[in-house]
Amino acid sequence: MSILVEASTRVLVQGITGKTGAFHTKQCLDYGTRIVAGVTPGKGGETFEGRVPIFDTVPEAVAATGATVSVIYVPPAFAADAILESADAGLDLAVCITEGIPVRDMVRVRRAMAGRKTLLLGPNCPGLITPGPGPNSTGGCKIGIMPGYIHRAGRVGVVSRSGTLTYEAVWQLTSLGIGQSTCIGIGGDPVAGFSHLDVVKRFHEDPNTDAILMIGEIGGAGEEEAAAWLKANRKKPVAAFIAGVTAPPGRRMGHAGAIITGGKGTAPAKIAALQEAGVAIAPNPSEMGRTLAALLK
Amino acid sequence: MNLHEYQAKEILRKFGAPVPRGASAASVDEAAAIAERMFADGVGAVVVKAQIHAGGRGKGVIEGSDQRGVQVCGDAATARRAASRMLGGCLVTKQTGPEGRVVRRVLVEAASKISRELYLAVLLDRGTGRPVMMGSPAGGMDIEEVAAETPEKIIRVDVDPLLGLQAFQARRLAAALALRGELIPQAVQAMLGLYRVFWECDASLVEVNPLVVAEGEGGKPAIIALDAKMNLDANALFRHPDLLAWRDLGEEAPLEVEASKFHLNYIKLDGNIACMVNGAGLAMATMDIIKHSGGSPANFLDVGGGANRDQVAAAFRIILADPHVKGILVNIFGGIMKCDVIAEGILAAVKETGLKLPLVIRLEGTNVEAGRRLLAQSGLSLLAADSLADAAKKVVAAVQ
Repeated sequence: MSILVEASTRVLVQGITGKTGAFHTKQCLDYGTRIVAGVTPGKGGETFEGRVPIFDTVPEAVAATGATVSVIYVPPAFAADAILESADAGLDLAVCITEGIPVRDMVRVRRAMAGRKTLLLGPNCPGLITPGPGPNSTGGCKIGIMPGYIHRAGRVGVVSRSGTLTYEAVWQLTSLGIGQSTCIGIGGDPVAGFSHLDVVKRFHEDPNTDAILMIGEIGGAGEEEAAAWLKANRKKPVAAFIAGVTAPPGRRMGHAGAIITGGKGTAPAKIAALQEAGVAIAPNPSEMGRTLAALLK
Repeated sequence: MNLHEYQAKEILRKFGAPVPRGASAASVDEAAAIAERMFADGVGAVVVKAQIHAGGRGKGVIEGSDQRGVQVCGDAATARRAASRMLGGCLVTKQTGPEGRVVRRVLVEAASKISRELYLAVLLDRGTGRPVMMGSPAGGMDIEEVAAETPEKIIRVDVDPLLGLQAFQARRLAAALALRGELIPQAVQAMLGLYRVFWECDASLVEVNPLVVAEGEGGKPAIIALDAKMNLDANALFRHPDLLAWRDLGEEAPLEVEASKFHLNYIKLDGNIACMVNGAGLAMATMDIIKHSGGSPANFLDVGGGANRDQVAAAFRIILADPHVKGILVNIFGGIMKCDVIAEGILAAVKETGLKLPLVIRLEGTNVEAGRRLLAQSGLSLLAADSLADAAKKVVAAVQ
């Protein structure tokens, strides 16, 4: 059915009382995600929306509720600490939505989390969703800021560095009647947790994912890394779109990690690497859904 | 955020990395006074260096003259003349493009007698997620060319971020750069200083090209950072108010500065089709599909995930301030952002700016029907599009 999260996953929210955290927690509760706890230091003992208990620390929340996944909306200056707290509490997965975390903080976090049990998704990402069978894809598990209703339960795995471009891709799939197993936004920052490759490997191992749609963009070498692995190991059909063919070198295109430096990380180089791995490339962003659909025939 | 050379050198000096003696000046008199003082102290020659955020200054030329952006001067009068030609002039280098950059400040330094030119930098390795120090015996050259043509001449030292650069690692790099004797401790000090600058200032790049072996005091060889380039992580500026104060708005495109005031992410490009999009990935993809459909994007513009009416209005003003723009494509995928709210913002902005150019709008997502209805009932001549491809086709046709 999915990777990483499913309908029964118990989720806690770090930063549940902030403006962003509160808004999206409410959306996730409405969707049906099992949000079992919130964490805001100093607000322990209160409840969120009359139904979610709030704790001062992550370990207290875990002990009381059995949460295994944390989603983090803590402001940038404090987000690295929040991630480390979730790792220290031994959660399975930390999903960091926060945008604008200093790179140095993420360098430390990634080094500190190496070899630990807790996996990290993001930061600066929309989160992940395993759509459910209900109307507007409810009955699944939505952790993050994506609109739930554009999804549909099914068997295509989606992985992307972007937010709205992922919604666009998912909407194209759903409009074609193609459902998704899990959709994962790995985020647009230069130093992050899950890479394209990490997710692509998991989709390969997931018996309930038949095909993969991968959405990349300029900057870094994550798409090339995934392409190299796919070239040797690909067993499922993969379609891809790479954004930024028209992006000028040396300019940061919104996402902190979307920049061509030293002639590296260009869209043509990524497209060539993926094509060599037998990945079908969508010629433009309007064709993402149809390019994947053609592989399912 | 980028720093000027003189700013980067001030930081390097503070962290114990050796830089030439010198000071910066914003006026000709100031520059001449610095030069006179150095000559009076027995300095043999000074270098006057134009301070702009672009490389290639030594080969670059001040528009309308034969003055280069870097000049070695044997006396104070020559230094004064060089400063007077540079300051207020427009320096054109291979990195500035033909429009060049106005020189508002010069750096006046003691010239060095150079025996070797090396390269030294600290940057982030995105693959490992760790800092890496890079050294090369091929200093003074375009390092990207060196990396492409003679990669064996680039030596990498991976740094454990929890430990920082260790002295033994610096010694090993010094040895690999064929530095010997009394130059080894000097190089180690420069390397450790450079790493601390990178780490403690939240830099994304600290580059010294060239790092030179020059004649120091008493004729002994000395390591000196002859040039310095430094970029800072914009996300970390909140904890470096002292560095943020060094931001030079004169070096940034005026429209991009204006956009940043409204928390909009705008980058000007060369085309004639402006676009306004929510989300960076979708904004890039929108530029791509304009190009794919035979048009040319005038900008990158991400209004973000929660743009309000004021931001949409500001976005329109910024787009329209570019005289090359002949048409506009708005592409919004409303997730959290509701399409009807965006539609209201667009209508307000169109009325406020008295827009005459063709405007193609593609809305999708939350409350899309309400949004489309608002646009249709507005009485304004808008072109509605029902997909990304349709939107691109319509806007390209409209500007032809």
